[in-house]
Amino acid sequence: MTEQSLETRDMLLNVGPAHPAMHGIVRIITRLEAEVIREADVEIGYLHRGFEKMSEEVPFNGVIPYTDRLNYVSPLINNMGYCMAVEKLLGLTVPERCHYIRVLMSEISRVCDHLTCIGATAMELGAFTVFLYMIKAREFLWELVEEVTGARLTISYCRVGGVKADLPGDFAGRAQEAIRQTREVLKEVDKLLTRNRIFVDRMKATGKITQEEAVSYGITGPFLRSTGVSFDVRKAQPYAIYDRLKFEVPLGVHGDNLDRYYVRMEEMEQAMRMVEQCLAQMPPGPVGVSPETGEPIPAAEMVDKAKRGEIHSIAGRAAVTDPTLEGSGQSAHPAIGAAEKRVFLPPKEDTYGNIEGLMQHFKLVMFGHGIRPPKGEVYFPVEGANGELGFYVVSDGSDKAYRVRVRPPCFTIMAALPRLLQGDMMADVVPTFGSVNMIGGELDR
Amino acid sequence: MLPSQLCEALAARFPEAVLARHTYRNDATVTVRPEGLLAAARALKEDPLFQMNFLMDLTAVDYSAFGKRPPARGAFPSSGVEVRPEDGVPDEAPWPGPAVGERFEVVYHFFSWPLKHRLRLKVPVGEALPEVDSLTPLWAAANWFEREVWDMFGIRFRGHPNLKRILMYEEFAGHPLRKDYPVNKRQPLIGPVN
Repeated sequence: MTEQSLETRDMLLNVGPAHPAMHGIVRIITRLEAEVIREADVEIGYLHRGFEKMSEEVPFNGVIPYTDRLNYVSPLINNMGYCMAVEKLLGLTVPERCHYIRVLMSEISRVCDHLTCIGATAMELGAFTVFLYMIKAREFLWELVEEVTGARLTISYCRVGGVKADLPGDFAGRAQEAIRQTREVLKEVDKLLTRNRIFVDRMKATGKITQEEAVSYGITGPFLRSTGVSFDVRKAQPYAIYDRLKFEVPLGVHGDNLDRYYVRMEEMEQAMRMVEQCLAQMPPGPVGVSPETGEPIPAAEMVDKAKRGEIHSIAGRAAVTDPTLEGSGQSAHPAIGAAEKRVFLPPKEDTYGNIEGLMQHFKLVMFGHGIRPPKGEVYFPVEGANGELGFYVVSDGSDKAYRVRVRPPCFTIMAALPRLLQGDMMADVVPTFGSVNMIGGELDR
Repeated sequence: MLPSQLCEALAARFPEAVLARHTYRNDATVTVRPEGLLAAARALKEDPLFQMNFLMDLTAVDYSAFGKRPPARGAFPSSGVEVRPEDGVPDEAPWPGPAVGERFEVVYHFFSWPLKHRLRLKVPVGEALPEVDSLTPLWAAANWFEREVWDMFGIRFRGHPNLKRILMYEEFAGHPLRKDYPVNKRQPLIGPVN
C-alpha cells in the first residue's frame, strides 16, 4: 500500500433539507474530519411565508390566525404575545379573569411544547416508547385546549382586548385530572430516561455552550437557563399576573443537551403548578343573566315577535344565540374582554339582538373601520416555550399595522447551531438539534 | 433604571450623536446618528451604567409609506354607502413619530440581564446609501439578524463577515419588506443548482 492511499481529507456532508431525524425543514452542511464535525453551516428559510408582510395587509385582529402558525406547538403563547403588544399600543387594560385565562392557557401550551420537544428528541435517539407516552400526555392537554378554544392546533383564541370565550363550566376539575395524568406520564418518562445509560451518554457533554456565548448569541428560554443564567421574562419583567404566581426557574449547570432535558422536565412541573394556582386564584366568572334583562329567548323567536309587532312581549329581554363555544355567551363577556367598545367585539347576542351591538360589530369588522390604535411603536416580550418571544408593532393610526416584527426565540438558537455542533461527532447532531427545538413556523415566518 | 433615566443617561454620554428620544408607552427609545451607532452600542454593552448584555432583536422599518396609506373614507361603489371611520382610540401622550427625512430606520432592542432594563436604539438610514455599521464584533446575535435585515430591506452592514440572504433564496430579486414591494408579486421558484 502506498503512502498516497492513506491520505485523509475532509468530507462535506449535506444533512437535509428533508431528513428523517429532523423535525422541520432545514439544511445543515457539515465539514467532517472522520466523524468529527469541524465546521457547520445552517441554511434556513424553507418555510418562509411572509408573516410580517401579510400582517401589514390585514386588520389587527386578522393577524391572530397567522400568529397561531408561528409556533404551532404552543400557539396560545403567540396569541397572547401579539394581543398584549397591540393592547400596550392601545393603552388598554383587560379584566383580571382574562389575564388568568391567558396565563393558564399559555402554561398548558408550555407543557405541550416541552412534551413534544423531549418526546421527539427521545424518539430520534431510539426511545420510541417515550415519544408515545409524551404524545399521550399531550393529548390530555390538547383535549383541554380543544374544550376551551374549539380547535386543537390553530386555535386563534385571543382577541385584541380579551379572549374569544370564557372557560367551560367544569373546566377546573378536568384540568386537574389532565394535570394528574400528565404527572403520571412524566414520572414514567423520568424512570425511562433520566437514568438510562444510552440516553445519558448521548446527551451528556454534547451540544455544549458557555454562558458568555449563549448571552452573546441572544439565546433565551430553557436553552439559556441550562447554562445557569436565570433569565426568565416571567420573573425579570413580570407581565399579566405572573407576579402573583409562585414558581421557580430551574437552572442547569453545564449548558449541554442533558441539562436542557432536565430544565425542560422541571419547567413542565412548574408550569403545571402555575396552572393549579391560576385555577385557585382566578376571580369568579360570569354571574348569569342580570335580572333586568329578563328571561332570555331564542333570537329567531324574538325576530318573529318583532315582525308581528309584539314589541311589549320582548321588551327588556335578551336574545339567546347558539354560541359555538361554551362560555362565549353574553354573561361571560364582561369578565373576559376589555370594556372598550372601539376594540373588543360585542357578544353575539348583542350583535344579533339589538342595534347597538350590531353597529359595534360592524364598526369593528367592516372595511375601513376596525381597531384603530394611535400612531406609535411598542415592543412587548413574553416568555415563549423556547425563550423570549417579542412583538414589535408600529402603527400609523390606520386599521392595519404598519409593521409587525416578531422576535422568534429559536432564531437565535439556530444561529448558534454551527457553534454547538463544532467539535462534536456526526451522531451528536441528532440530540443537539432536538434540544434546540427548532420550530420552522417561527424560525422562517 | 427608569426608561426616562436611561434615555437621559445615553443622551448625556453622546450629546452629538443622539438625535431624539422618547419613552412612549414606557419603552425607552433613543435615535442616534449612523456615525455614532458603534460607539453608543459599545457603551451600552460595556458601561456599568447600562450593562446591556443582550441584543434581543434587530430589525428595520421602511417609513416611506408612513401616513400615506389611502384614507379609508369613501363610498362603496355598488351601494353608495359612505364609509366614515372614526379617529380611533385617543392618545394622551402622543408618539413623537419616526425620524424625519430618512427612509429606513434600523431598530435595535437591548436588554440588560443584570439590571433588568430595556432600551430601543434607532438609526435612520437613507435610501441612497442604505448602510450602517455591523454589530457583529459586539454580539454574535447580530450576525443572523443583520443578514435578515439585508434580505428583507436591502440595508447593508459594514464589516459583516457573511452578508448574504437568509430567508429568501439567492436568486430572489428585490427586498420583500420594503413598502414598494407588492404583496402579491410572484417570482419564479428556483430549483436545485446542480
